[in-house]
Amino acid sequence: MTTPTIIGTETEYGISVKNARDQDPVAASTLVVNVYKDRGLKKITWDYDQENPLMDARGFMSEGDSDPPDQENNSLINDILINGGRYYVDHAHPEYCTPECTNVRDLVKYEKAGELILDLSRMAAEELLPDNQEIIIYKNNTDYKGHSYGSHENYLMSRNVPFQDIVNGLTPFFVTRQIITGSGKVGSENGTDEVDFQISQRADFFETEVGLSTMVARPIINTRDEPHADEKLYRRLHVIVGDSNMSEYTIYLKVGITSIVLQLIEKGVVGEQFKLSDPVADIKKVSRDLSCKCQLALEDGRTWTPIEMQRAYLDLADKHLSDIDLCLIEKDVMDKWAFVLDRLESDVMSLDRHLDWVIKKSLMDAYIRRHGFSWSDPRIRMLDLQYHDIRPNKGLYARLLKNGRVKRLLNQEEIIHAITNPPVDTRAYFRGMCLQKYPAEIHSASWNSMIFCLDGSSLDKILMDRPHFGTQEIVGELLKNCTAAELVEAVLGSNNS
Amino acid sequence: MPSEKQQEHKDKRPQDTEEIQPNPELTEEGEEIKEDLDRLLDEIDEILEEDSEEFVENYIQRGGQ
Repeated sequence: MTTPTIIGTETEYGISVKNARDQDPVAASTLVVNVYKDRGLKKITWDYDQENPLMDARGFMSEGDSDPPDQENNSLINDILINGGRYYVDHAHPEYCTPECTNVRDLVKYEKAGELILDLSRMAAEELLPDNQEIIIYKNNTDYKGHSYGSHENYLMSRNVPFQDIVNGLTPFFVTRQIITGSGKVGSENGTDEVDFQISQRADFFETEVGLSTMVARPIINTRDEPHADEKLYRRLHVIVGDSNMSEYTIYLKVGITSIVLQLIEKGVVGEQFKLSDPVADIKKVSRDLSCKCQLALEDGRTWTPIEMQRAYLDLADKHLSDIDLCLIEKDVMDKWAFVLDRLESDVMSLDRHLDWVIKKSLMDAYIRRHGFSWSDPRIRMLDLQYHDIRPNKGLYARLLKNGRVKRLLNQEEIIHAITNPPVDTRAYFRGMCLQKYPAEIHSASWNSMIFCLDGSSLDKILMDRPHFGTQEIVGELLKNCTAAELVEAVLGSNNS
Repeated sequence: MPSEKQQEHKDKRPQDTEEIQPNPELTEEGEEIKEDLDRLLDEIDEILEEDSEEFVENYIQRGGQ
């Protein structure tokens, strides 16, 4: 039985308040998240009982603190969205998590909807501040001073795949996929070599190959083991190595090609054949080589360019994934993967409507040509940062989009629809629709639980351990016709989940 | 490719002794592209945060995940 495709992303946003006396990103994030929270959902909290961030996929518990917030703070910083996603304060950043999606096109839609949710809450929060203060929110990964925040991807995998297979199969892929997925960055950080412009925002921050930490000495492969699902059947692969992307085309490819590579790993066709001698050094080397043709040393003595490495994965996919394995969207992802690799080979800058780092570089090159600036001019760094500004009238990606200079995959209507409507084909449907239908009777929720409080005192917990259940097809009629009490009775009474 | 198109191209091929004139359509297109880019850069000049140096210096985040 193949594992169902279930994917989701989490994005931590940068936040700053212009003309504030002191910067307090925790307060600003809390304000922004809280002001968005729908009236009816204000008292609902996150069910932290389902969290287990210290569990390591290599088979042990890590030592450390994982204190869930108290009731009051929980409700202040957590917003469970009617589209099935989650919006909350993660340390000092507003974070948006998409609902679970079955395909990468939906994933792009829900991630883009998140940007609109952030902007709507930004505008509402700004109303509450003094007139001269502006809240600015960035969908990026750095403040250029060595502080990085993440864009994480999540992929459902079968528990049967040995974790070492994942490490072996994914590491060379992650080191090189940035030629497609990088967001571009001016300068270097974290004690690495100086550079004018590099492909990835995050590459500088990766110091180990495998590990549990997401905040220091970041690992290329993260071993967090919190499936939020039936842990006998499933693993949730938590990926922290990617950049935050603005371009729909880039997000689509980033998640699409990774999803395909994971299928190859599940099939057991990616072993150690692509192993690099020094992945931690290479992830920075690849980032600094804008031709994408630097020589990477494999352990078996071969040297490959990043393009060749990506092509090797694509060739494996062509060979081992048949028409039965791939849905239409996945076939489209493969076509675009091939197209992009061909263009990277022949003329990198011809992708200046598709890939974030090339779009950005192209803009900077033109700006530098016009003004005669050097790469170290602060205005170039400002261009870099403002590319990721989520305000439609100020963001530079948004301006390029408006001027028809970026390739789109979606239309704006469907993104707007995704702000308030969950996907119909995952448990996000059950979650989102319960929140819409029964807001007064829900006590708390998490990715795999929905806790009702029907009588004001006792709690009824519905576990949702299979992410591909709870769909419109399965529970649609039930949700349409039942009161909360009837729903709880129907689900818990008959022992179905 | 249909063979009639190939025939058309053959007929339009200039004689060897003729001077090759710059294609006015391509030049016009080139001009338009340049103007579009100039317009875009004008817009960017307008919306780019003033005092970039101070702004970027003051943009400090706490490390996240």
